[in-house]
Amino acid sequence: MLFLEIRKKLSSFELDVQLKAENEIVILFGPSGSGKTTILNCISGLATPDSGTITLNNIPLFKNKKENVPIQKRNIGYLFQDYALFPHMTVKKNIYYGAREQEFVHQLVEVLEIGHLMEKYPRQISGGEKQRVALARALATKPQLLLLDEPFSALDQHIRQECQDELLRLHQTWNIPVIMVTHDYQEAQKMADRIYKINKGQISEEIKSNFSQ
Amino acid sequence: MNYTPLLLSLKIASIATIIVFIIGIFLARIIARNSFPGKNVVESIILLPMVLPPTVVGFGLLYLFGKNGIIGSLLLEWFNFQIVFTWIGAVIASVVVSFPLMYQSASAAFQNFDLNIENAALTMGASKWKVFWTISFPLAFPGLLAGTVLTFARALGEFGATLMIAGYIPNKTETIPLAIYFAVESGNMEAATFWVIIIVLLGFSSIMWLNWWTKRNILRFSEINNKR
Repeated sequence: MLFLEIRKKLSSFELDVQLKAENEIVILFGPSGSGKTTILNCISGLATPDSGTITLNNIPLFKNKKENVPIQKRNIGYLFQDYALFPHMTVKKNIYYGAREQEFVHQLVEVLEIGHLMEKYPRQISGGEKQRVALARALATKPQLLLLDEPFSALDQHIRQECQDELLRLHQTWNIPVIMVTHDYQEAQKMADRIYKINKGQISEEIKSNFSQ
Repeated sequence: MNYTPLLLSLKIASIATIIVFIIGIFLARIIARNSFPGKNVVESIILLPMVLPPTVVGFGLLYLFGKNGIIGSLLLEWFNFQIVFTWIGAVIASVVVSFPLMYQSASAAFQNFDLNIENAALTMGASKWKVFWTISFPLAFPGLLAGTVLTFARALGEFGATLMIAGYIPNKTETIPLAIYFAVESGNMEAATFWVIIIVLLGFSSIMWLNWWTKRNILRFSEINNKR
């Protein structure tokens, strides 16, 4: 379970949020520039809050700057908006970059149906394929938490739906907290167990839902 | 024909290039990706030798490394060693004059790819050192190589600052540009022409090779390729 309560001064407003995620899909929903990605960056360790606490499975990751677990030690999977695949490495090397167990990666590759892409370079595969590769790469480290920053925004409508369904299926198998950023409310409703509406760095509404079940 | 100027030029330019390559990458990496007070001033100082006349750089180097200079006097006192009028002086002159070229190329190269590519590697547990060698360095490599070739070419052609700190000592500090100048001065047009042809060929072939390599390799990593 993730628990987070942080404050961070941004250029035009102060981020001040408190949220939790059990082994469920939590959506951060809000307009662009409302601080959603900054929240993900604070959880992953790429950004540092000014104050507050972040705990994951009862282990503090951050506590008022005194305790601050480095990014590499947090074991959090992060799927970036533009996937950030390593352009100079094959799909295989991308996925194995941070992988822990070979057997586990085999499974992932099978489930995500990307076996035929392994020897290709990121520039040679389609947007939907990139998305699945990036997801495999993020999961290959066996993370305790998965962060997704608008993971479907670059995809066509029908591929987008396929990928959404796939993520829901994957989540049922892996059962870790997933925090996903989106500004598409339909998507939020489809995927979420819990939705936090965010506006100018504040949580304006928390919706607990079971749309997806 | 005495080929010492060619060998000396290649030796000096090669050593200078290696030094500039290492320090340039190190500084570009640290300065370009961080913001700190006075960054603008630091970068301006680094780039200054590019716009100053080489004689000013030479003057500055004499001021530092001369017998009574700040560093020069210490070297003389501690190691009984003098940099002025040696080929090492020529290396230092080449380093200072060509450094801005490497620094600019390297800092552009390190900013030329999405920062999240490095971030992704960090979130997968890679140390900063591993991220540098497996991600940043290979992705920046085309830019770093361009900087290195420019550095080498500039170091090879260095004249003004070299003359001021290393002087013209045949067979000791006589690089090709110095050989040309003093051949012309003594009316030996034949030798001057020979060295002019050599240095034009060297410069031309390094740039030709760089262009060829870039065209062949730079698109390899580029995303633009995909969208065609």
